[in-house]
Amino acid sequence: MSNEAILHDQHFGTHDAPHAHEHHDHESFITKYVFSQDHKMISKQFLTTGIIWAIIGGLFSVIFRLQLGYPDSTFPWLQDLLGHWAKGGKLDPEFYYSLVTMHGTILVFFVLTAGLSGTFANFLIPLQIGARDMASPFLNMLSYWFFFTASMVMLSSLFVQTGPASGGWTIYPPLSALGEASEGSKIGMDLWLVSMALFIVSTLLGGLNYISTILNMRTKGMSMTRMPLTIWALFFTAILGVLSFPVLLSGAILLLFDRNLGTSFYLSDIVINGKILPNEGGSPILFQHLFWFLGHPEVYIIVLPAMGMVSEIMAINSRKPIFGYMAMVGSLFAITSLAFLVWAHHMFVSGLNPFLGSFFVLLTLLIAVPSAIKVFNWLTTLWRGNIRFTPGMLFAIGFVSMFISGGLTGIFLGNSALDIHLHDTYFIVAHFHIVMGVAGFFGMFAGLYHWFPKMYGRYMNNTLAYIHFWVTLIGAYLIFWPMHYEGLAGMPRRYYDFSSWESFKMFAGLNEFISFVSIIVFAAQLLFVVNFFYSIFKGRKVTTQNPWGATSLEWTTPIRPGHGNWLGEIPEVYRWPYDYGKDGRDFIPQTEPVGEHESKH
Amino acid sequence: MNDFFLIAIVVMVFLLIFQIAKASEYVSILKGEDKQRKQTNRINGFLLITFLILGLIGAWWCNDLYYSKTLFPQGSASFEGENIDTMMWITIVICGIIFFITQVLLFVFAFKYQESDTRKPYYFTHSINLELLWTGVPAIVLTVLVVFGLKYWFKFTSDAPKDAQIVEVTGHQFGWEFRYPGVDKVLGKKNYKLTDAAHNNPLGVDWTDEASHDDIHTQIMHIVVGKPVKLVINSQDVIHDVGLAHFRMKMDAVPGIPTTLWFTPKYTTEEMKVRTGNSNFVYEISCDQMCGKGHYTMKGIIIVEKQEEFDKWIADQKPEYLKVDEILDPLAKVDSASARTVAEVTLIK
Repeated sequence: MSNEAILHDQHFGTHDAPHAHEHHDHESFITKYVFSQDHKMISKQFLTTGIIWAIIGGLFSVIFRLQLGYPDSTFPWLQDLLGHWAKGGKLDPEFYYSLVTMHGTILVFFVLTAGLSGTFANFLIPLQIGARDMASPFLNMLSYWFFFTASMVMLSSLFVQTGPASGGWTIYPPLSALGEASEGSKIGMDLWLVSMALFIVSTLLGGLNYISTILNMRTKGMSMTRMPLTIWALFFTAILGVLSFPVLLSGAILLLFDRNLGTSFYLSDIVINGKILPNEGGSPILFQHLFWFLGHPEVYIIVLPAMGMVSEIMAINSRKPIFGYMAMVGSLFAITSLAFLVWAHHMFVSGLNPFLGSFFVLLTLLIAVPSAIKVFNWLTTLWRGNIRFTPGMLFAIGFVSMFISGGLTGIFLGNSALDIHLHDTYFIVAHFHIVMGVAGFFGMFAGLYHWFPKMYGRYMNNTLAYIHFWVTLIGAYLIFWPMHYEGLAGMPRRYYDFSSWESFKMFAGLNEFISFVSIIVFAAQLLFVVNFFYSIFKGRKVTTQNPWGATSLEWTTPIRPGHGNWLGEIPEVYRWPYDYGKDGRDFIPQTEPVGEHESKH
Repeated sequence: MNDFFLIAIVVMVFLLIFQIAKASEYVSILKGEDKQRKQTNRINGFLLITFLILGLIGAWWCNDLYYSKTLFPQGSASFEGENIDTMMWITIVICGIIFFITQVLLFVFAFKYQESDTRKPYYFTHSINLELLWTGVPAIVLTVLVVFGLKYWFKFTSDAPKDAQIVEVTGHQFGWEFRYPGVDKVLGKKNYKLTDAAHNNPLGVDWTDEASHDDIHTQIMHIVVGKPVKLVINSQDVIHDVGLAHFRMKMDAVPGIPTTLWFTPKYTTEEMKVRTGNSNFVYEISCDQMCGKGHYTMKGIIIVEKQEEFDKWIADQKPEYLKVDEILDPLAKVDSASARTVAEVTLIK
């Protein structure tokens, strides 16, 4: 009861403070929860939308895993759910491909880009650099609403008669350009493209805002080298997005032209269903270049924020500074630069000039160097620490484990000679799910468990969090580790059924096992969702301002900060954010001036 | 009824876990939060090290179960693919060592340096030497991998040997077609606008090119063991991919842009039946680039055989040009001049 009262006071504290933004005094429901310009609320909007998308995208994977694991069974309830897409409880191949496509699109873009960057860039940038809000709160609000509109368009494509896009999340033309080639390439594909165009606008508005906020709105004393690594990571992520998403937009618009205006950017020499098309001179390879020029940076857009948050959480919970701060920043920079120069490693077998391919081999394998630096720095951060296994910390450790496993298989795939054999098999499915999917999610979970108390002034339930962690970690390895073996047998991805293939049918038992585990892991994620929403309203209350004993600025704000974040002046910063265990002190906040006798690092 | 039962059980389990989790919060308050936290910390530290040990055992066990199902034990079915296998082994060993060291360090450090009241964390911010070490070593290791990789890559992607058998592969939704150049060893020109399945020209061959007159169109690919084969790959509609897992080869089929691929088969189909211990063994071409709803059915069959068998087979095949003639006028004698005129007539039409 008394806690409630404290929270109540805290909550409205800002408005009593003389320096708070006076124009937010009269917040209505609409301006506070819907068209909010408060970066914290926008972050929660991104998060909630991301979680809903994650449930949908995850459910899709469970449905198509049912087909892969139990190709001979029927599930009558599928017909109740999907109607004519699952007649007699058997998934239609066309819709199987729609599910695969939507699973990829949703998780890559809507969950791990918008849900991850959108949430944590919005939430952490102003709080950790000491700003009252983003450089442009209005553009920030627009960014969310463009994302929301993109979501609605994509969602609507699930309900059209011919079904949503079904050409894979990479939507390679001509398959995606010709309605005759597949049902999903009819109206569903147009909706996909429109939705992505809106999504890109959202990303650009957000990204420009993040960059200008970080460059211009740091509090006094917060030099670039005193920023937490989360901010560095989010900064590079935003730069990646701003420079690469417009290329995807151009690719998508040219595809829309080819589809609807009779142009031939990607089409040439095509006979489909006996019909000879007039298009000549276009190149499907052009689309692949445009797509992967975003597509590859995209995986770093996903994994960099996770890396940043993991670095931060790992230092805090080891009670030890992050090892090699400048090397961490340098490797982030190196990864960001190289991310633009490796896209064609997705196209080694597309007919690309082999000589050109060799440069991409070299540049791709170069990325392993900064990645190795990061891994060894994380390991050294743990070394001789005093580690607290909070749920956030466990997910951070899990992230490093996944990043190692998935990163190493990247060395196979980046080497074109091996890629010839492994390309488009389950080996690549295992690789990117581990290094981008699972690792991205682990970073996101680490961040959520860690900053949930700052977001909502309450804790999530620890027991559920631990169950969630262990089931997910073990499950993820059980699902994706054996897939490498399927890949080494050349088993192609995106197959609806393997039973008629003499070369691949021996994995039926393994496929069933993988499907079974993936259902359990999906259920464990629902446990997280329940924990998340329950804890927003009923979780244990946060009673101290700095529950983790962290040095960074967000923990100097009130337990439930209002719009404007700090009561009174924004604190000044005197040191880097990793003074843990220095001179026998547990931690020294960034706001504490450097003492006379303090040792140097 | 069964479904309802299942759902009910799942919901019950959920509620049960949730209630236990809630109760644990109250227990921790009763017990003293700090004490409870430290106990949980120890449990998680123990679980982490257990996970490492069981995980490594599991990885071993998984290898035991599935190694025999990969393509390693039967070896590459092409001479070029042997290089890929060698390269794969080099990479597996290097990555395996790094994997083992880093994963062990990660979990062992986590376990060993778990929170204890007696330990003071070591304030260790950076070390130029260490960082140079783990920049330098990976860079050197990767250089080795890049050098080996590119050496093989340039070998596979170089021009096919002069004596290579040329086979044209054409993909469409959802199947493969093959065309042999015949005795003149030159494939006749094609023009996709001439494609006309109804008049026996499904590949769009330009009959005005005399080189096309002896070209043979088949549904199954026959190739000779020990003799290099060069595939000229086309697609008629969307992008497909000629996936040859046993030969360790792969190349996209792109409409409008012919691609090539060559390899030298090492074992005949019959030999592979023995090697794999599978009497149903066939070399399959799998489409490895998503091409629509029938993607998973897009299979091609390759028969690798001895030269004599191949010669016998190809001698039985009738050039497609002659089939065109038959359809148009079954009674006409096979006469290349008249057939050409007829073909031209159909072209104009």
